[in-house]
Amino acid sequence: MAQFALKTALPAYLRDEERKIEAHARSYGLDFFPTMFEVLPYDHMNEIAAYGGFPSRYPHWRFGMHFEELRKSAEYGLSTIYEMVINNNPAVAYLLEGNSMVDQKLVMAHVYGHVDFFKNNFAFSATDLGKDPVTGEPIRKWIDAMANHGAVMRRWANRVGIEKIEAFVDDCLSLENLIDPYRPHQRASKSESPLNESAAYDKPGEELPRLRVDRDYMEQYINPNEFLEAQRRKVETEATRTKKTPEEADRDVMGFLLENAPLEPWERDVLAIIRREAYYFAPQAQTKIMNEGWATYWHSKILTEKAADGSEIIDYADRCAGVLATSPERLNPYKLGVELYRHIEDRWNKGQFGKEWDECDDLAARQTWDRRLGLGRKKLFEVRSHYTDVTFIDEFLTPEFVAEQKLFAFGYNPKNDRFEVETRKFATVKQRLLFQLTNAGNPIICVEDANHKNRGELLISHDHQGIDLRQDYAQAVLVSLERVWHRPVELKTMVEGKPVFLRFDGNEHRVKNDQVRG
Amino acid sequence: MSLRVDQDHARFKQIIRGKIRQNLRRYISKGELIGKQGKELVSIPIPQIDIPRFRFTDKQGGGVSQGDGNPGDPLGQGGDPQPGQGEAGSSAGEHVLEVDVSLEDLAEILGEELELPKIEDKGKSRIAKQRDRYVGLRKVGPNSLRHFRKTFRQALRRQIALGTYDPKHPVIVPVRDDLRFRSYRTEIEPVANAVILYMMDVSGSMGDEQKEIVRIESFWIDTWLRHQYLGLETRFIIHDAVAREVDRETFFRTRESGGTMISSAYKLASEIVEQNYPASEWNIYLFHFSDGDNWSVDDTLLCVQLLKDKLLPCANAFCYGQVESPYGSGQFIKDLDEHFKGDERVLTSEIKDRDGIVDSIKEFLGKGK
Repeated sequence: MAQFALKTALPAYLRDEERKIEAHARSYGLDFFPTMFEVLPYDHMNEIAAYGGFPSRYPHWRFGMHFEELRKSAEYGLSTIYEMVINNNPAVAYLLEGNSMVDQKLVMAHVYGHVDFFKNNFAFSATDLGKDPVTGEPIRKWIDAMANHGAVMRRWANRVGIEKIEAFVDDCLSLENLIDPYRPHQRASKSESPLNESAAYDKPGEELPRLRVDRDYMEQYINPNEFLEAQRRKVETEATRTKKTPEEADRDVMGFLLENAPLEPWERDVLAIIRREAYYFAPQAQTKIMNEGWATYWHSKILTEKAADGSEIIDYADRCAGVLATSPERLNPYKLGVELYRHIEDRWNKGQFGKEWDECDDLAARQTWDRRLGLGRKKLFEVRSHYTDVTFIDEFLTPEFVAEQKLFAFGYNPKNDRFEVETRKFATVKQRLLFQLTNAGNPIICVEDANHKNRGELLISHDHQGIDLRQDYAQAVLVSLERVWHRPVELKTMVEGKPVFLRFDGNEHRVKNDQVRG
Repeated sequence: MSLRVDQDHARFKQIIRGKIRQNLRRYISKGELIGKQGKELVSIPIPQIDIPRFRFTDKQGGGVSQGDGNPGDPLGQGGDPQPGQGEAGSSAGEHVLEVDVSLEDLAEILGEELELPKIEDKGKSRIAKQRDRYVGLRKVGPNSLRHFRKTFRQALRRQIALGTYDPKHPVIVPVRDDLRFRSYRTEIEPVANAVILYMMDVSGSMGDEQKEIVRIESFWIDTWLRHQYLGLETRFIIHDAVAREVDRETFFRTRESGGTMISSAYKLASEIVEQNYPASEWNIYLFHFSDGDNWSVDDTLLCVQLLKDKLLPCANAFCYGQVESPYGSGQFIKDLDEHFKGDERVLTSEIKDRDGIVDSIKEFLGKGK
């Protein structure tokens, strides 16, 4: 791979800045992994961005597609990637070669914000690969892990053929969002849950079914021991047969398939790799607003209070305004995040929280409420550790904030065939926002039954919360699922308020509208 | 510079090619590509190359955003995303990827999909011509090629650098090192050795839709033949009762109202061929599109005569496409089929509507003429 080797070390003038900014960041109390900066020319930047930030991944065409998109939009001047940072210990961040000094400073400050977040937010503990026995620091060698995944896939490709691998990767990627982001924070397995025995003990023991005996002395002849033994076995087999797999609906569909689907060794590896990577990326999707907001909050603090000199401040403001620009078409997570942090800081500085504040309905008093507690900064650090986007919005979004930030809910109006502003009501805005963030915007899908209809078919269900699935996509996913499960698959969902079963048996799709089966 | 992603990129391109092949018939009948044609590249919208996942329908959910506006106001339409904006939030637009494909590749895909055979060149193939073109500058050369402006600019630059330039007394004296001369490069250009003569009936019965069909078909014919020959010329003839030669633009735009005398076009065609394209050196293709309603039986016979005596002896192929118009399809195609039964040089095809274009292309080019 020597042909890909690059000189990416920082030039001296950037190293000086790096040291300064790192010191500033620490002085504010940010606590980050060691961070390595590298300078890349723009096409390498695009390449690495196409690989999701990693220098080496498994071979797959979609990286080529992302690369094409990025390269085009860079060449046409539509977008530039200023920074990229990888959740790794040590963290790795990339700077774009040829950026102005103030841009580089801004990016470095921004990166330290991200790395602090990676290290301290609880959701990212799911990406720990262990703990360093000496320092107790989390081990996150994901660059190595991703490169290893690539090596494993390439070796399998040499043995079974790249086409097979690629087709199977495509299938697995269709299932990529069928994971349970909370799984890493739950009990590792059933073996650690409370034992079932105590519950079983309390149940009265069931009598074995016997034939009726009128006279006691006939008992031994009518119900001989052999017969009772046979009866017991029958009861036992009955009990095991009615046991359902999985016992409870399982959101980790990928994990379930990994354990239960009849897979070739190479298929198992591919599925396992894609599942691991999906779990690696999940926390970033769960904390997009918080993470970007946090980094923006800190680059703004560090640059305006410390790092930017007078000549740079206009350029900095210009760049920052670009990052925080809003448009009605898409919500800007940088903007929403940083404003909400500032809102929280302000509230906790002024003591606008707690029972007294909640119960105060005198508008004038609320507006001038200031207890001079100065708890803002402390609260912010707390928030960045213990929340994800959903809980962040759920707990801290206030009607004042929604009004101030001009947030609104929009929807599709079929009459005019366009998306329109619907309302600025706090309750609706909040509910919509939460819905949009729940499960990172993905539908919630569970495995229900691995022995559906007692024919080894797989039944999965969509937890319908008001919005239908896109049917053409859903059917395409079922095709992939069938290829992994090797038996017919069925999805239970709702379309326009009615329960619907989508089924794919390996040859054709069927859509059934109710539970009656033929 | 080689990148690690190149391999994945190549694979992506390959997949795109497959997609285009799959959807080729649709692209052809919709004429989508022609509007997007650049000089050498065609931009092709590729639907649904993304990986399917369980996801919500776009139109039920809506979302949250920020900005001005009252309930009922539309969200801004299709504005460019601002630099630096993140990806979160739900965007209203559908994502369609556009990929650039070279005409060369497109022709190959067409060939693969329609199983078109390679054409055997019957002319004196691949005659190349040398041409000198002035492309840049160099430091030595004859005085006749000296580049005055560049020379003095170089001198000015040197004087400023040396600090000898005085704005109040702006005298610039070039020295030997400052001299710049035009330099040329010899290029080898293939000489066109194939020509397509398009003839089209523009009488009143040929409507806009019929012309559109001809336009789409001729685009693909051009693409394929251009791929087969190094150089290709195209000539255009329109006719109603009289024929005249026009340029490409006029060819597709003109609408006349007169009657139809096909022989007029064939006469003109044979004149053009005779004067410009000796059959021994040129591969000559004649395409004629009409709705088939010729003026009279006599004229039809005259056409047959012209074809037999003048046009067919020198042409690789004569292709007649009969486009169905609102007034029905005429008699001419049957007359041709009757007179030239078994003659491989005459290819006829009936094009009912846009969906018929693909089959018609295959009928014309499938013989490898």
